[in-house]
Amino acid sequence: MMQHTSVRTIVRSLACYVTLAFLCACQHAPTAAVPQAKATGAAIVESSGGHQVGSTGAALKEPIVVQVNDDKGTPLSGALVTFHGDGVTPDPAAMLTDSSGQATTTVTLGAIAGRYQLTASTPTASHPATATLVEIGLAYQERLGALLADKHCTRCHDPESSAERVSNYDNLAVKPHSFSDGSTLNKLSDADLFAIIQHGGPALSRSPLMPAYAGTLSASDVRALIAYTRSIADPPYQPAGTFYAHK
Amino acid sequence: MESPRKSKSSLWHALFGDPVRAFGVVSVVLLLALAVAPTKEHFSQWHRYQRQYLTEIHDRGDSISLRRRFSPGIHQIWLPELGVVDRCTTCHLGLNEASLSDVRQQPFRKHPVIPHKLEGFGCVICHGGQGAATTVAEAHRSERDGEMPILPTRFIEAGCGQCHQNALAGTPQLNLGRAMLTRYGCVHCHSILRPDGTKVAATDHPPSLVHVADKTTREWIYSWLKDPQAYAPSTTMPNYKLSDADASDISAYLISTSRPQAGDTATPDAKASASPDPAAGASLYGQSFCSSCHAVQNAAGNLVGGDVGPELTRIGNKVKPEWLLAWLNNPRVYDATTPMPHYRLTAPQLATLAGYMQGKTDTDYGANVHLTAATTQQVAHGKLLISTLGCAACHEINGVAKPENFAPELSSIGSKPRAQIVFLPGMERSLPSYITGKVRQPGAFGAGVKMPQFALTNAQTDALTTALLALTSRSRAIPDTLRVAYVPETAYQPAGHAGRLMTELACFSCHRINGRGGDMAPDLTAEGSSVQRQWLVDFLKNPNTLRPALIRRMPRFNLSDGESEVLTDYMLTVYQSPAIDQEMGLATTPDVIERGRQLYYSKYACQGCHIIDAKVDKGYIGPTLTSVGSRLTPAWIYEWLKNPEAVRAGTMQPNQNISDEDSQALAAFLSSLKGAASKGAKP
Repeated sequence: MMQHTSVRTIVRSLACYVTLAFLCACQHAPTAAVPQAKATGAAIVESSGGHQVGSTGAALKEPIVVQVNDDKGTPLSGALVTFHGDGVTPDPAAMLTDSSGQATTTVTLGAIAGRYQLTASTPTASHPATATLVEIGLAYQERLGALLADKHCTRCHDPESSAERVSNYDNLAVKPHSFSDGSTLNKLSDADLFAIIQHGGPALSRSPLMPAYAGTLSASDVRALIAYTRSIADPPYQPAGTFYAHK
Repeated sequence: MESPRKSKSSLWHALFGDPVRAFGVVSVVLLLALAVAPTKEHFSQWHRYQRQYLTEIHDRGDSISLRRRFSPGIHQIWLPELGVVDRCTTCHLGLNEASLSDVRQQPFRKHPVIPHKLEGFGCVICHGGQGAATTVAEAHRSERDGEMPILPTRFIEAGCGQCHQNALAGTPQLNLGRAMLTRYGCVHCHSILRPDGTKVAATDHPPSLVHVADKTTREWIYSWLKDPQAYAPSTTMPNYKLSDADASDISAYLISTSRPQAGDTATPDAKASASPDPAAGASLYGQSFCSSCHAVQNAAGNLVGGDVGPELTRIGNKVKPEWLLAWLNNPRVYDATTPMPHYRLTAPQLATLAGYMQGKTDTDYGANVHLTAATTQQVAHGKLLISTLGCAACHEINGVAKPENFAPELSSIGSKPRAQIVFLPGMERSLPSYITGKVRQPGAFGAGVKMPQFALTNAQTDALTTALLALTSRSRAIPDTLRVAYVPETAYQPAGHAGRLMTELACFSCHRINGRGGDMAPDLTAEGSSVQRQWLVDFLKNPNTLRPALIRRMPRFNLSDGESEVLTDYMLTVYQSPAIDQEMGLATTPDVIERGRQLYYSKYACQGCHIIDAKVDKGYIGPTLTSVGSRLTPAWIYEWLKNPEAVRAGTMQPNQNISDEDSQALAAFLSSLKGAASKGAKP
């Protein structure tokens, strides 16, 4: 009789323990609330926020905005949009579109410099529709390049004027290349870009309107500028580097 | 009862029954004990990473060289002077391997390019964390309360700020954060000592409230205190979230104790402002380049203008007309240390400008504020509030002394241990998240927190956090010889008539001379070597446009001939560079000039940035050179062309390594360009 009671107690306490453990496990499980979709769209498009240049590990300046449309192409509210991407942290990661059919999220980039893909997807009748945005993260060297470019280069190389600065682009007889002009700059090796920046355009039989910067910028400054142009190149820059035979 | 004892003794007998067996058993136990350490090492985390690294590099083309540079075991960077014992490189094996820059899997990726060598600085100086640890959890998360976990990447510039106290080219976030510490009034309440012992000084100019009743009304002060950003979104004044009664009592105290300032309302033609001409006012505002320092919200709601002075969008709501006239007439009567220059405006000009600014009024602002006359108790309560809130830490206030050490010292805030921090529920338990949270919303940390609510963007909060995280105890412990010395701003002040004029015209608000002053306009330390006398006399009287693309320009101060000449002669005599020899002989034969012209247009393509003939040249970056020969001295042009950076640090003009001969030819050509100025009369 005594033994029966103790076995029953053990079984009962075990059951209690398992239930408790289960409950605890449930509480620790991720409870990120995915909202319930109220509508199902047909397509998702980017509204704004793509192709931003930010710093590694930091949030992008502008929010990411995507729009869900129905099959007639009109914006749809209440559709579920989820954001995900390798290395990026969207906040919030899932949400419903607002009354104008748009979903807005802020994105923090990972710690590694380079391009990040952010995919926004929404379920449709058949398969999930996706829109992919590319964001660029700059590390120290590229950020330094961006600052140097801002001081020494963009007045001529960027055709856009800002409120604080008038562009000199239109005044030049030979038009300089934009720093993101990958179709031209990707063909030039690092060594060639280095020579042009240090010794001026004539070093590579290019426009004499490009002055020599060897006396102004140090070698590491020039490397920073090149790293910056490479990181914002469009189409993206594929480093030639040294090729090794695969074993 | 006997059986267990019997079995026990039989086990004993089985193991240690005879000496040989006992020896064997002891040997096996000893061997097992000795195997514990190697087994533990074999299964340790770092060892696993090292094996993973070897697999990772195995298939790469340069695996042979990578493997040759790999050495197994624990690696350590030991720098006793910096207090660094970093074993991070035990797992982060590819930090110096250029070919591993494409590896996305940590811990094997190459370190991004930075100005320092890993071997000379280690890792934790910038990244935080526990350098001596050999597991990820201990090294990165460092969960014990006395330990610093690794710093989130977005605050990484805090590492630079431990040794570099002056602004660095590559750390915009740290520079912004430090500028905000001094500009947003943080250091009025919190004292911050740099590692070398110097005190961080405020760079803002909170107005004195001693004569505030001359300037504005109690109603405006009330509305302002309730919500400063509602009046001027760009103001650095924080919101104290005061109740209506508290705001009313403080305004009552300030107005009732205000003393009138002699000469403050004594403008002869005050009545002339009765019928201002708005168009003339706007053009005078533009000509005086008020927007170089003051911002105004445009129709689209964007702020346009500088941030040296206060925003003027609703200035008409704030100031009394007679005070504004007196202020524009001579701001130094009301505030002897204001950064605002003393424009020598004539009475009609004053009336026009004051009338135009008085028109910048938002009729809705403060329309519902009706304050009844305050009782003595209310005034006394206002005074009590002023001392409790610490208003006098920033503003000079009658009857309330400036409090000393009003808020905690922040000199080592970047090393504050977690055990000393009271975190809010749900908050990440780390120092950066605490500082960010406190800066963003001080009120959340309890009703007793006196720190007010600042209006900051997320980027500004992060910048401020970065600057605060740089204030570590490690930075104080580093030997002086290893620290980059802090270069303070000098206290340079010219004397005499010219010196007084320069104070009145607030030259130092924009120009830097001998290490003191702003950075809006060119450094004038060697200006005397640069320009010709007649040009400077004319320029000071009527500053014409040198750089067409520049938005912030030198205003016209309406100087008299005498004042202009006094300033010119002082600058030509005192602000001379020893490197420029005014007596150098410069060949100015026609063929040298012609050679200079060719060099200008072909070899050096100066027309890309400069204009000589506006019909042909279009360059928009550098100053117009049409009459440069009557503006600059030939010796200065020569030295400038040879090395612009040496003549004026931070200039945009590239140093093209121009030879002596080419520089002379170019200088001769440029000096020959006398333009219209040589004929004298200028509009």
